[in-house]
Amino acid sequence: MALYSEKVMDHFRNPRNMGKIDDADGIGEVGNAKCGDIMRMYIKVDDEGVITDCKFNTFGCGSAIATSSMATELIIGKPIDEALKLSNQAVVEALDGLPVHKIHCSVLAEEAVRAAVKDYYDRRGIAYDPEQFQFTDEEEEHTHQTED
Amino acid sequence: MFVYADNAATTSVSKTALEAMLPYLTEEFGNPSSLYAFGQRAKEGLEQAREDIARCINADAREIYFTSGGSEADNQAIISAARLGARKGKKHIISTAFEHHAVLHTLKKLEKEGFEITLLDVHADGVVRLEDVEKAIREDTALVTVMFANNEIGTVQPITEIGALCREKKIPFHTDAVQAAGHMPIDVKAMNIDMLSMSGHKFHAPKGVGVLYCRRGIPLTNVIEGGAQERGRRGGTENVAGIVAMAAALKESCEHMEENTAKIIPMRDKLFAELSKIPHSKINGSLEHHVPGTVNMCFEGIEGESLLLMLDDRGVCASSGSACTSGSLDPSHVLLAIGLPHEVAHGSLRLSIGEYNTMEQIDHIIEVVPQVVDYLRNMSPVWDELQKGERPHLI
Repeated sequence: MALYSEKVMDHFRNPRNMGKIDDADGIGEVGNAKCGDIMRMYIKVDDEGVITDCKFNTFGCGSAIATSSMATELIIGKPIDEALKLSNQAVVEALDGLPVHKIHCSVLAEEAVRAAVKDYYDRRGIAYDPEQFQFTDEEEEHTHQTED
Repeated sequence: MFVYADNAATTSVSKTALEAMLPYLTEEFGNPSSLYAFGQRAKEGLEQAREDIARCINADAREIYFTSGGSEADNQAIISAARLGARKGKKHIISTAFEHHAVLHTLKKLEKEGFEITLLDVHADGVVRLEDVEKAIREDTALVTVMFANNEIGTVQPITEIGALCREKKIPFHTDAVQAAGHMPIDVKAMNIDMLSMSGHKFHAPKGVGVLYCRRGIPLTNVIEGGAQERGRRGGTENVAGIVAMAAALKESCEHMEENTAKIIPMRDKLFAELSKIPHSKINGSLEHHVPGTVNMCFEGIEGESLLLMLDDRGVCASSGSACTSGSLDPSHVLLAIGLPHEVAHGSLRLSIGEYNTMEQIDHIIEVVPQVVDYLRNMSPVWDELQKGERPHLI
């Protein structure tokens, strides 16, 4: 059995919306190079608050690239409110599953979307509940995972 | 083009090894412990294999114990020396930071039982220093275990020197020679090696069979209890076909070692020379002390697993020490042991070539690796920051 589903491999081999948006309305970056994955998400938002474009740059493994790619597809054309509801589980399901030890990649993808929205809110001076924008500290997670 | 460049992971079974083993899977299927002539013929095959293997490393046949592979041999060697030491009140073991997990995890287990473990630094070049071994030796040192050649970066350790030192100090010396056997000359007598581990599938024998060499006079502790096989030191009906194949493969590898090395080294050197042209890349491990076939390099700004998947799509089988490929959260302990920062270690690539590879295959690797590195760097926010000077280059 292959490590990844056909869907994951397709998004890895042919990543959708890979690249930068020079005049992005929001840019979010999550992850840590030390831990081996960083995702950067760019969004364009129109006057109605709809995400009209989204692109990504990712440093990471096959599933990090595939989850980034899938996340961009899932939020393009969606109102911000809906994009914020994107869960890592939805990304996993859209990719026909991920190996257990790769689930954290989908969490990063979800967080990258939220980080981009937060940046958009900050730039526009839109008020938000900071509770909604808490991100995983990967390095912190590492130090808690002590080997037996 | 399909290029198998992961010979440090496993090798194909040679024609010679396959032909040697086939009769023992079919007509000569007897149990070597059986009394009747049919069983005794299997026993003869087994004992001939023992003699052939002993000759390849200048040991005596009765010093050869067959195991399920390198890991079991490592486990048994270390546990045996630990039990022997403990009986004399010696509970200190010296090893290195970049041993195989078969060694490191066994040492960790012993640590929980009250042993003290000193893991020596392997320095930036991946070579342990004799003076470091000397300084670490104590009155209560029960064992020194240092690998012959490292599995990830291919660096060869000063085994002869360490062996002489340990013999002088009367401390048992074990070496995990899984990456060296069949690829480099081994003489357990001249090198003063007390115990040595080998794994058949690293030199064109099948998987699931290995050797523990243990010098006469050093008592072994069983890891597998059972019958009287292997002079009572390793229970379980012998894998006769696998053992016969291993002997044939080792003999063949040792007989052709010079010509194989002469074929492999130009291929390896071409890989080093051409792949080093990739900017912000680094060769890992001393080239002065190196097994013939292993190439380990890091490319800044990319991650190893995606590199391997893309190479796989282009027909190249390789490996990496990134966290994602090691199955843990941290990159390879070997790359960290030679002082690489995590960020750099994540972007590592190991190509291990053998005598079955061709220069055309090497040219294919040289063509695709720079393309894939470029593509992934173009996608990488880390590379973007490195290019803009927002993040300092580490290599």
